[in-house]
Amino acid sequence: MSGEEEILISVKGLKSAFGEQVVHEGLDLEVRRGEILGVVGGSGTGKSVLMRSVIGLQVPVEGEVQVFGESMLDRDEGELQNVRKRWGILFQGGALFSTLTVAENVQVPLREFYGRLSEKLLDEIAAYKIVMSGLPPEAGPKFPAELSGGMRKRAGIARALALDPELLFLDEPTAGLDPIGAAAFDSLIVELRERLGLTVLLITHDLDTLYAICDRVAVIADRKVIAVGTIPELLALDHEWIQEYFRGPRGRAAEGAVEADADAQSDSGATPPARAEA
Amino acid sequence: MSLTMSSVARFNEVAEDGRRVLQFHGDMTLSKLGVLPTRLDRLKGDGFRIDLSDVGRMDTIGAWLVHRLVRDRGGEVVGASKDSGLLLEQVAKADQPVKVRPDRTPPFQRVLGQIGEATSMAGSSMLGLLGFFGAMLAGLWNLIKHPRRFRVNAVVQRFELVGVHALGIVGLMTFLVGIVIAQQGAVQLRQFGAEVFTVNLIGRSAIKELGVLMTAIMVAGRSGSAFAAQLGSMKLAEEIDAMRTIGVSPMEALVLPRVLATVILMPLLGFYAAVCAMIGGGIFCWIALDIPPVAFVQRIREVVPLTDLWQCLIKAPVFGLIIAMAGCFQGMQVESNAEEVGLRTTTAVVQAIFLVVVLDAFFAVFFTAIGWL
Repeated sequence: MSGEEEILISVKGLKSAFGEQVVHEGLDLEVRRGEILGVVGGSGTGKSVLMRSVIGLQVPVEGEVQVFGESMLDRDEGELQNVRKRWGILFQGGALFSTLTVAENVQVPLREFYGRLSEKLLDEIAAYKIVMSGLPPEAGPKFPAELSGGMRKRAGIARALALDPELLFLDEPTAGLDPIGAAAFDSLIVELRERLGLTVLLITHDLDTLYAICDRVAVIADRKVIAVGTIPELLALDHEWIQEYFRGPRGRAAEGAVEADADAQSDSGATPPARAEA
Repeated sequence: MSLTMSSVARFNEVAEDGRRVLQFHGDMTLSKLGVLPTRLDRLKGDGFRIDLSDVGRMDTIGAWLVHRLVRDRGGEVVGASKDSGLLLEQVAKADQPVKVRPDRTPPFQRVLGQIGEATSMAGSSMLGLLGFFGAMLAGLWNLIKHPRRFRVNAVVQRFELVGVHALGIVGLMTFLVGIVIAQQGAVQLRQFGAEVFTVNLIGRSAIKELGVLMTAIMVAGRSGSAFAAQLGSMKLAEEIDAMRTIGVSPMEALVLPRVLATVILMPLLGFYAAVCAMIGGGIFCWIALDIPPVAFVQRIREVVPLTDLWQCLIKAPVFGLIIAMAGCFQGMQVESNAEEVGLRTTTAVVQAIFLVVVLDAFFAVFFTAIGWL
């Protein structure tokens, strides 16, 4: 990556509130082009609210939100459409349109923005997107109600990726997936990032995903982002919640898995590294 | 970023060593595709060499177009960048036979199938309702054996929702219907100079049929639908399963209070509705026919036999039972998704009103047969 990094999402001084209850206050966050940024925080700290504020579903009380360098607040629909063409969003439960089949769901954004594509090409695109997101080929004509939770999530991913977006928002993408599916999902995201230069904002509690694919992690606590950085950088910080989050039994297990992976890779190389660990 | 300026995807054809070479230019991305897919579709012949060396950015859709060209027409790809090559591999891997559209059956068969399905659904639904009635009676028997398990609070709460909150709308509706009946009756009876019989018309129809029928329709729309929607969403949220595992019987905790409340309140509401209809008719008679309220009441007392009131009070609880049962039964049938809650709610109301009208006809015949004219 070049020295001067392009900022795709910039949130400054965000304040969101529901009536009396203030969720964020003075929250700042920047997402650089090409990175996978994970957002973590305790339950109820407003991770989803942050995502909803960035994509314009939730109007903040104060603050500024820019995506692709364009302000998301007080814009008219026409201008926002140009931004919406360039992103894909996966909601927590998949948020598939229940009256459409999986294939039709994938085609919705394509039809909305690129109506001139032929019916045949649309079907083909839906077909390969369905396979790419790890759904079985026979899932195409099924309705969301006929799918399991994990499959619904995959179909949601297929729809989010329909436009080959530059920016992908993922809300708890691996929650409810089996470990094999979650790992496959992680590698799908990394692969897409490499091929398409995808930028990803990822809300997750899955420590394995955090360790495996996130370049940086933003921690939300006390209504703001208290730290952003790589996991080792975060671990160096002396903050109780962060330490507990990453150093807890589950955090250690995930870290161990990554290290074991790295060991296996370097073992296959020429120099076996000497690791001293208690 | 490639050096190529971002520009619309396009291709041109040249001949090289006797082979047709398609040179692609520009960005092969979804937003820059333009008419490329159509031009590629129109292309004749096969065995091309596909030159991607001048292509800027590429996404999976661009890669898919190239992949499809190679797959269908044969040929080879040259000059692909590393990323493009990997993308091509990726889409090739994802190229599997996928069914996109559901199977279509011929229209005639489909209509036949739908008729059959609807018939069997209607049959099984009625059968299910009968079964539900049985289960409810069993639940009631259990409750009678262990009266301490009876949930008084739940029933009283339903009283408010089913009865008190319905007073305004039921009263207004029957009041207006009373006026309409009086007005229409008066117009017809005037032709025979028998305007005074308008009072008979209002009094007897309001108490015998109007009051209780209009109330039943209103309660089915207000409470029957609410029961179906409540129980349906509880079923979806697995609340009812949770109840069962804790040992609380949904029949006792949810269904019986609702049914009891409706059964108890329907006669009260029905009587109240009949009174409102008579007030409406009475006011019309006073204003339009110059029959003063005292004379109206006097006449009502003369022409309306007590058996009319018994008919009203006998029918009402039965209708209440049917409405509440249909609502709870349909709610408990919800299984898969939120859409079904809506469908089941509609079914509950339709089923309740249908059964109420059918039973009303039976009652009319029955009461006439026993001499309650």
